[in-house]
Amino acid sequence: MTLVAALDPQSASVQACYIVAFSLFIFGIRRGTHPTTAKQGNLIAAAGMVIAIATTLALKGIGNWGLIAIGLVGGAIVGVVASRRVQMTAMPQMVALYNGVGGGAVALIAWAEFRHDISIGEAIPLDTFVPILFSMVIGSVSFWGSNIAFGKLQGLIPGQPWKVPGQQVINAVLLVGIVAACIVLGIDHDSGPSQGLFIAVLIAAALLGNLFVLPIGGADMPVVISLLNAFTGLSAAAAGIALDNVALIVAGTLVGSSGTILTLAMATAMNRSVPNILFAGFGALPTGGAATAERPVTSIGAQDAAIKLAYADSVVIVPGYGMAVAQAQHAVKEMANELEKRGVDVAYAIHPVAGRMPGHMNVLLAEADVPYEELKEMDDINPEMPHTDVAVVIGANDVTNPAAKDDPDSPIAGMPIIEVDEAHEVIVIKRSLSPGFAGIDNALFYHEKTSMLFSDAKQAASDIAAEIENL
Amino acid sequence: MPLITEITIFVLAAFVGFEVISKVPTTLHTPLMSQTNAIHGIVLLGGLIVVGLSDFWLDNLIGTIAIAFGTINIVGGFMVTDRMLGMFVRKPRKEEPPEQPSDDSDSNGE
Repeated sequence: MTLVAALDPQSASVQACYIVAFSLFIFGIRRGTHPTTAKQGNLIAAAGMVIAIATTLALKGIGNWGLIAIGLVGGAIVGVVASRRVQMTAMPQMVALYNGVGGGAVALIAWAEFRHDISIGEAIPLDTFVPILFSMVIGSVSFWGSNIAFGKLQGLIPGQPWKVPGQQVINAVLLVGIVAACIVLGIDHDSGPSQGLFIAVLIAAALLGNLFVLPIGGADMPVVISLLNAFTGLSAAAAGIALDNVALIVAGTLVGSSGTILTLAMATAMNRSVPNILFAGFGALPTGGAATAERPVTSIGAQDAAIKLAYADSVVIVPGYGMAVAQAQHAVKEMANELEKRGVDVAYAIHPVAGRMPGHMNVLLAEADVPYEELKEMDDINPEMPHTDVAVVIGANDVTNPAAKDDPDSPIAGMPIIEVDEAHEVIVIKRSLSPGFAGIDNALFYHEKTSMLFSDAKQAASDIAAEIENL
Repeated sequence: MPLITEITIFVLAAFVGFEVISKVPTTLHTPLMSQTNAIHGIVLLGGLIVVGLSDFWLDNLIGTIAIAFGTINIVGGFMVTDRMLGMFVRKPRKEEPPEQPSDDSDSNGE
């Protein structure tokens, strides 16, 4: 508040600009409800951001242009290069990384604001001080947590849950310690030692961010990223309260809402509660029967698969993350083209958590020019399954596992799945019988309707496409 | 600004956020996450104010890093969202010549 008070940002013109900026954010997100308008919506939101930044730079008293330019230009170069080079398959970790730097920015700003308020030497009002502490703690947790999430998804850190005994006790102690230190700071933040205590809180929050995410399995990272996205948003809103900046409050709150909705949507799609995802250390569970690997499977080649598909009336393709990793989306699209030429009805069944984030698979298929009208959501495609001749599962695993329906003891029991076992025939394209990300065996592979095509997804799809063409 | 006004803005914005974002279909959830992610980079404004007003080296250092972080968040977030959404926009144009680069190329030539 003190920083801003010197700037007189409360003038009507400045406020008006901020109001325009956040209106553009809301309008931009509103345009994001349809694939054809979403790109424009994104540009509208970006325009809002330009207005907000330009307004702030025009505030009177702003100096230090050299440093500001270094920060802006340096950050812009990194942002441009990173966003141009990233592969669509790596989108979840990219979002994690961007979320991390956002959280880091919030925490650093809170720190600087605290230092500045102390240096002025007058008592910091509680309605400024509490939001500062909140943004610093949450921003720091978000920064470190997001970096761990990035590391896990990028394979820099093992994806398995990293567990030490009493971890949750340690986390609880850390959290209580942070809150206690914040209360002490709130009562007496004007004396010398408070700077040290403030930095101790910053470090404790960093530790908490690391310890909070490390025990969570790699498969659950998207939920964590979404939650941390909400955290960063809320910490930005708190920073807005501390700085009396209405654009920050509204923008941060919007992100908080978005992150919360997406977190809940993902949890629902996996039929798990958010606390279960965050604290259960899923993936550490024993994988049930080791003997299952002995069970017989039916194995076929590309030619047989091509015949099954070419003489079907309707084919549903169930893509998973494995398809994206193999960069097979273009080959799959080719295969679908060949089928469509022969008059076969082709649709894509997209599980809400297919890929590594909600909607990730849609992006990957859009990259391969699959029309979004052909993408069917789980609830729309499941009733069609009993009338489907062949379901082709490419690189998907857990989201097709009938154990989720049939086996109440399965770790994924109750998770909604794409019911490919209802189709007349199933072809599973997979490198091996290895379990999926959840680490559990898939009963579908041993089903009497199922034929396994053991191959790389991209190779298999282009082989099948070639075989169909030659039929 | 009185605290109560700010809390009012916060609560109303939360409702607006829930209303608007609930309408976004699952198809677009990944771009949505990346776009809202870019929006919270607005905290950069705080960094501009810190650096713009302070003369103390440590504040300037912290603030400049914060500006750089915030800018990465904003620029990267919006650009990557634009790239993703561009793929959806291209859809209605049928049978355009394939301009996709080879599959193991690093950039996708957007």
